[in-house]
Amino acid sequence: MRWSTRGCAVSIDEAVMAADAPSVDHPGAWTAFRRSLLRVVREPLGALGLVMVLVVVVSALGADWFAPYDPNKIDIRAKLEPPSADHLLGTDQLGRDIFSRVLVGGQIALEVSLVAIGVALAIGLVLGLIAGFGPRWLDHALVLLFDTVRSFPTVMFALALITLLGPSLETVIVVVVVTQIPIYARMVRTQTLALRSAEFIMAERVMGAGFVRILAVHILPNVIGPLLILASMDIPFVITIEAGLSFLGMGVRPPTPSWGTILNDGYSFLYNTPWPAIAGGLPVIITTLGFTFLGESLRDVFDPKLRKDV
Amino acid sequence: MWLYMCKRIVLGAIIVVVAVSLLYSMIHLVPGDPVKIVLGPRASPELQAAIHEKLGLNDPLPVQILNFLGNVATGDLGVDVFKNRPVADIVFEQLPHTVVLVLTGIGWAMLLGIPLGCASAMYRNSVLDRIAGVLSVSCIAIPSFVVAIYAVMLFAVTLKWLPAIGAGTPGNLANQAWHLVLPAFAVGLGWVGYLARLVRASMLEILGEAHVRTARAFGLPERTIVLKYVLRLAILPTITLLGMGIGILISSAVFAEIVFARPGVGRLIFDAVSTRNYPVVMGAVLVTTVLFVVSTTLSDLINALVDPRVRGEH
Repeated sequence: MRWSTRGCAVSIDEAVMAADAPSVDHPGAWTAFRRSLLRVVREPLGALGLVMVLVVVVSALGADWFAPYDPNKIDIRAKLEPPSADHLLGTDQLGRDIFSRVLVGGQIALEVSLVAIGVALAIGLVLGLIAGFGPRWLDHALVLLFDTVRSFPTVMFALALITLLGPSLETVIVVVVVTQIPIYARMVRTQTLALRSAEFIMAERVMGAGFVRILAVHILPNVIGPLLILASMDIPFVITIEAGLSFLGMGVRPPTPSWGTILNDGYSFLYNTPWPAIAGGLPVIITTLGFTFLGESLRDVFDPKLRKDV
Repeated sequence: MWLYMCKRIVLGAIIVVVAVSLLYSMIHLVPGDPVKIVLGPRASPELQAAIHEKLGLNDPLPVQILNFLGNVATGDLGVDVFKNRPVADIVFEQLPHTVVLVLTGIGWAMLLGIPLGCASAMYRNSVLDRIAGVLSVSCIAIPSFVVAIYAVMLFAVTLKWLPAIGAGTPGNLANQAWHLVLPAFAVGLGWVGYLARLVRASMLEILGEAHVRTARAFGLPERTIVLKYVLRLAILPTITLLGMGIGILISSAVFAEIVFARPGVGRLIFDAVSTRNYPVVMGAVLVTTVLFVVSTTLSDLINALVDPRVRGEH
């Protein structure tokens, strides 16, 4: 039986193309990188995306320095204040400074996405290599498993896991890892299968190279580039999951700030003041838009078919 | 042709079986007694033993899975131990609400997204095309639950044009439709972007094909060419997109139902998670997963009917 290889074929092909393109005109990796970056910045949307991503990353990394207040310091007399010079984004129902909470929330969002994507990437890589290089029955079994996990609507599956594991930051990470593994593994598998019958691998085999050497020295370096690009495009998706589950009260536990919990607090007090809800939603929008704009223009730059100057 | 279709349907069925088994076994992945998880740590030993027996947890796992699969095949999704009602009844009571929401959301998205994509393709690289492009990307990027909350904030709280919560008075269709506007907006907004981009891309591809050139050479008006020979073909890929998108649609419906306090499967599962009512959670996930698998299978089958290349015969 031929298992369908639908799924994320489109995005995988794009990522593959994107990763392959710069190595074609080989003027040294650094020059190529700088040239692509320049092209991205020259596009208004690309530049905007880059700025937005940088703002998010820098403010998350420096949250501890930038935050004017302790994000969990309660000042009930100053509750639900609108934005002012003292509190840039106002205060929430407990009088906590929302701006500080947004900054620290960004740190947590970024942390969750990096850890979760990192773990999913590592496991997906191993499983994909096994599926692509191992015996056929194992390949079929793994692909069936990947397709099955992909067949659960993400939020529904997340809620099922949360029922069992209980809501926490760790559960959010588990959810992301489990749902992302199939995506990475399928991509590694496709790449490995394509490389497996490539001439240089054949030659290696004829010369008596063991499969560990073939995997580590020849397949891995060819697979890892596209995989990293695919993974970096997933950051906004993971941040959305974290914010979404935290918004439902099933992710990050209070009092730890998260964009989702800020949104949830804001939603509960929507009839009193719109500011906390606005403040919780804006960083999510800035992050997803920034990454998407940047990703779009990166793809335009790397995909020779879309390049305007060719 | 038939062979491909049979294979595809069998694959769908296998995925459903594996998914159900996975969902069922997950309860055993958690350290500790699943009954304690369902009932909470303070349940009396007698009650625990009774529930153990009732849920068939004393059998070995493969037997349990087979039993459960057999039950699911006959439409029995287990019993909600709290309300003592069949899970299937509870889920199917809520499902129509979610289906209506999803269909309305995708409906208005198609009505707006397809013409938008069409216009962008016809006036390629114009100002309209550029604005539509940025708008589409933005619609896709912004998560639906943020759209939902901002929509409540703007249209319900600030402007007071539309109701914020509830599904309307039962029996009063106009009132129910009125309550559907904002949730459907939140569910569909991202799809306007998806559809516009997809239709634009596939139209551009088809506009460059020989039969369009021939039609132009025959002097057919541009309107006829676009509507009759291009758009009809360009809409085909949307079938695949919709089939694969049901999962995303269900996910955004979950959020919409919670934000707008509407009845539906999303609301049901949300409440069940809060009380750690795993049988109901499992039932709800199962039904939506089957819905998802059926829709992807259907979209593949439709594609195979339309496009012989998919069947792998040519």
